Amino acid sequence: MIALVDYGAGNLTSVRKVLGAVGAEVYTPSGPDDLARATGVIVPGVGHFESTRSLGQPWRHAILERLEQGRPLLGICVGLQWLFEGSTEAPGVSGFGVCRGTCDRLPDAEPSTGARLKVPHMGWDTLAFPRPSRLFDGVPAGSYVYYAHSFAAPLARGTVATSSYGVEFTAGVEDGLVSGLQFHPELSGTVGLRVLRNWLEGIR
Amino acid sequence: MLARRIIACLDVRDGRVVKGVQFEGLRDAGDPAELARRYDAEGIDEVVILDVTATLEARQARAQTIGAVSRQLFLPLCVGGGIRTEDDAAAVIEAGADKVSLNSAALAEPALLTRLARRYGSQAVVVAIDAKRQDDRWIAYTRSGSAASSREVVAWARDAEAAGAGEILLTSMDRDGTKSGFDCALTAAVSDAVSIPVIASGGAGSFEHFAEVFETGHADAALAASIFHFNTHGVAELKQFLRARGLEVRS
Repeated sequence: MIALVDYGAGNLTSVRKVLGAVGAEVYTPSGPDDLARATGVIVPGVGHFESTRSLGQPWRHAILERLEQGRPLLGICVGLQWLFEGSTEAPGVSGFGVCRGTCDRLPDAEPSTGARLKVPHMGWDTLAFPRPSRLFDGVPAGSYVYYAHSFAAPLARGTVATSSYGVEFTAGVEDGLVSGLQFHPELSGTVGLRVLRNWLEGIR
Repeated sequence: MLARRIIACLDVRDGRVVKGVQFEGLRDAGDPAELARRYDAEGIDEVVILDVTATLEARQARAQTIGAVSRQLFLPLCVGGGIRTEDDAAAVIEAGADKVSLNSAALAEPALLTRLARRYGSQAVVVAIDAKRQDDRWIAYTRSGSAASSREVVAWARDAEAAGAGEILLTSMDRDGTKSGFDCALTAAVSDAVSIPVIASGGAGSFEHFAEVFETGHADAALAASIFHFNTHGVAELKQFLRARGLEVRS
């Protein structure tokens, strides 16, 4: 059973739908204690980094405990940003901190040309892979995925996929049992389905 | 590089796609789910359902329509039409929509955008603006384009962004249904004034029109209905055309 952590950050209908489509059994834990039966944990998220404040100590402990038991963790969108140490979007809120670095706002101009960039970065953009990973196995470089974000994570040790929007940022991390996706796999067509399938295969 | 999006609009009434649909090989061309599946296979980037169902009873059937379409798609799905309250929006989102589009209700109460953005994130909140030219500016129309509001379009777009809207679905009432091309002047005026994406709508009649609204209209996405429904211009061919023009589109 995959635990889809609902901490009040947005709508989980599409995430549930796509996990069902790739054959995952999903439940929404009633609280941190209810994570004990999770074979894998997904931390989704949309909107403001501030919303992750709800993922306080009890949740962190429960998720760490799962990791120690060999149960994988996947952060999606703001959930990926939360894996890092924090974000300039909400300086008072610390992230989970398993990836090094702080998330920052995307630039509103292309540095090389000065061309204006709209922020949020919203729509379909391409992936590049600095190194092979389980998560992106079978996904060709240049594949398009769907983004909706204004802040992004820096490149880190676990970075296995990147995209560029005025700056190169982490599109996907894979570091031991910890994975994360800045884009929305549930809205990214067949590419998103493939990535989620890859993640689920690491659980069985 | 960020791709320009091509969006298909399904005008739905009482669970059926209205406006003529002539797609070869469709069992039921009026079935929104069947049409959505077809568009997905052709490479559409996003689907908008504009539900013009008026009665309350039929609105309950709307959730079924959204659910049926949503199950066919792993792409963003936006639903608009008659969403007046936070509860209306919640019902549509729980049924499977990723975004809700508001028009009259947002004009009447911009704070509704703020509440929805707080609850679902700005990326889920689309403000639909029906624009009609009046002398040298555009006025936002309300109630399905039947009444002029007091708002000038560019100023309203800025205010809607500030209130929490994450995207603007901008329809030119002057061009809608004419197949004479998008209103590039209108689209550029709004797109240049805001930081959120602008979806151009109204007037698509040829592939050239899409290229124009991206190049001259600075649109981030372009939406059309009947040009796709009639299968005279397929989504895949449109993307090929745009790519040849040097415009980035999703492959």
